[in-house]
Amino acid sequence: MSDLANDVPAIEMHKVCKAFGRKTVLLNLDLAIRSGETYAILGGSGSGKSVCLKHMNGLLRPDSGHVRIDGVDITHLSESALIDVRKSCGMLFQSGALFDSLSVFENVAYPLREHLKLSKAELAERVKECLAAVGLSSSQSLMPSELSGGMRKRVGLARVIALQPKTILYDEPTTGLDPGNSRRIGKLIRSLQERLRVTSVVVTHDLELCFAIADRIGLLKDGAMVSSGSVGEMRDSTHPVVRAFLRGDQDASLDEIESS
Amino acid sequence: MIPQAKVEVRVERVGSGALDGLRRLGDFCLLCVRTWRSAFRRHFPVRECLVQIESVGVRSLVIVGITSLFTGLVLALQTVDSLTRFGAKPYTGSLVGLAIVLEMGPVLTALMVGGRVGAGITAEIGSMVVTEQVDAIRAMGADPIQKLVLPRMLAVTLSLPLLTILADIIGILGGLLIALQHGITRHFYFQTIFSSVTLDDFISGVAKTFVFGWLIAMVACSNALATRGGTVGVGHATKRTVVIASISVLISDFFLTKILLTIL
Ligand SMILES: Nc1ncnc2c1ncn2[C@@H]1O[C@H](COP(=O)(O)OP(=O)(O)OP(=O)(O)O)[C@@H](O)[C@H]1O
Ligand SMILES: [Mg+2]
Repeated sequence: MSDLANDVPAIEMHKVCKAFGRKTVLLNLDLAIRSGETYAILGGSGSGKSVCLKHMNGLLRPDSGHVRIDGVDITHLSESALIDVRKSCGMLFQSGALFDSLSVFENVAYPLREHLKLSKAELAERVKECLAAVGLSSSQSLMPSELSGGMRKRVGLARVIALQPKTILYDEPTTGLDPGNSRRIGKLIRSLQERLRVTSVVVTHDLELCFAIADRIGLLKDGAMVSSGSVGEMRDSTHPVVRAFLRGDQDASLDEIESS
Repeated sequence: MIPQAKVEVRVERVGSGALDGLRRLGDFCLLCVRTWRSAFRRHFPVRECLVQIESVGVRSLVIVGITSLFTGLVLALQTVDSLTRFGAKPYTGSLVGLAIVLEMGPVLTALMVGGRVGAGITAEIGSMVVTEQVDAIRAMGADPIQKLVLPRMLAVTLSLPLLTILADIIGILGGLLIALQHGITRHFYFQTIFSSVTLDDFISGVAKTFVFGWLIAMVACSNALATRGGTVGVGHATKRTVVIASISVLISDFFLTKILLTIL
């Protein structure tokens, strides 16, 4: 690891609590992600992974605790002050979250039009590159309603990488994709990290992807990270929850362990 | 005797309902301020505004045309009939003109457009909220208020007065058709209208619709952004918009009329 331990973490969550109504989702969550690493968040369905991710760019605000990006506390920043943070931090939504009213091309062009002053040709060039990177060069003029779930996700990813962000938050990037495209996305995430030193946070159920791309892994359960460590450490972990998860018998056995 | 627990539950329900209402009102005011501010920031959404004016204004032409035509027809029919009883048939033009220009044109147009456009806005933005598209806008470092609310607010606020002017004209022409049937000449009909409907009347009718349009758009957007709970939530939000927008139009009409009568 080239990162020094005393480096300021790219993303730091400190004692973050978040509840929706009476339902507590995050409870004293602590997390530090180093600059340039790929951090995978594992966890059962409904364990709050997406909620956790949405704190990292200020889409959700913690009820208590702090979120720091490159050492800057964003917990109480106004929406307009968050713009700079968000410009350099792309987010792939679990659902893709494409704009229904815009074509695939316009969707990918959206952040470019918003933040960069590109000529028409440059814009088209850039959009084409991004779509090619996710294997969708031929779908430029389709509308989102004409795409399959996996294609939507890939267009979403193209939209995320369009601005060449420093940090990318991926919410289940390979769910709903065929193995070939899963591998392509895995490679893309890896190459972004290697070529551009992108800090990546990947929420996923896909263990194969997780081991292929992650530097470190955290396991989220009951609103906090029950275990966190490098891929090797997690593989050799004796923590029962981690072992159960990595064996692949996910949620059901997690609950069994809890009750036993 | 009602058991105390039941009373408590009721009190609690009333209390939380009141709090909810207050919160919504607060959110509404906050949204208005933010929308206003977003107009002066970088990236004014010119294109989106034009698209919205097209969808709000141009696509409402037919519904406004039909509404005002039949309003004019019915109004004239009733007026001719009633006035004939008093031997005051020649005043048909005056009455029809005044009724349409002062109230029927502005309010009916606002109600029709409020239903059509308000529901459309809430359904569209509400769906964007529940499918995380609004979050996606935020995540890309853009402002959903500037991108979504501002263009719709401007489009409805600017289109409604124009649609009202159109409704006034069509309504009066509708009245003319009936007047002609009852032996009132075209020349006389317009003469009575122009001698009784003043420019002030016309202006005060149209001026109100700026407020109506603004109210409709802001109610619709505010409800939309508060949408929770998937597609069912979108349905609820849409219903709420139609109800609140119509009621706000009628209530604000009363107060605006009062104010305009004193200052004009
Ligand atoms: N906006 C919200 N309002 C109310 N409750 C919410 C909201 N967002 C999330 N929750 C609740 O928080 C919990 C965690 O949700 P989250 O979407 O983070 O799960 P997840 O770990 O991403 O699950 P999955 O793997 O299925 O995507 C869920 O139980 C959900 O009910
Ligand atoms: Mg999720």
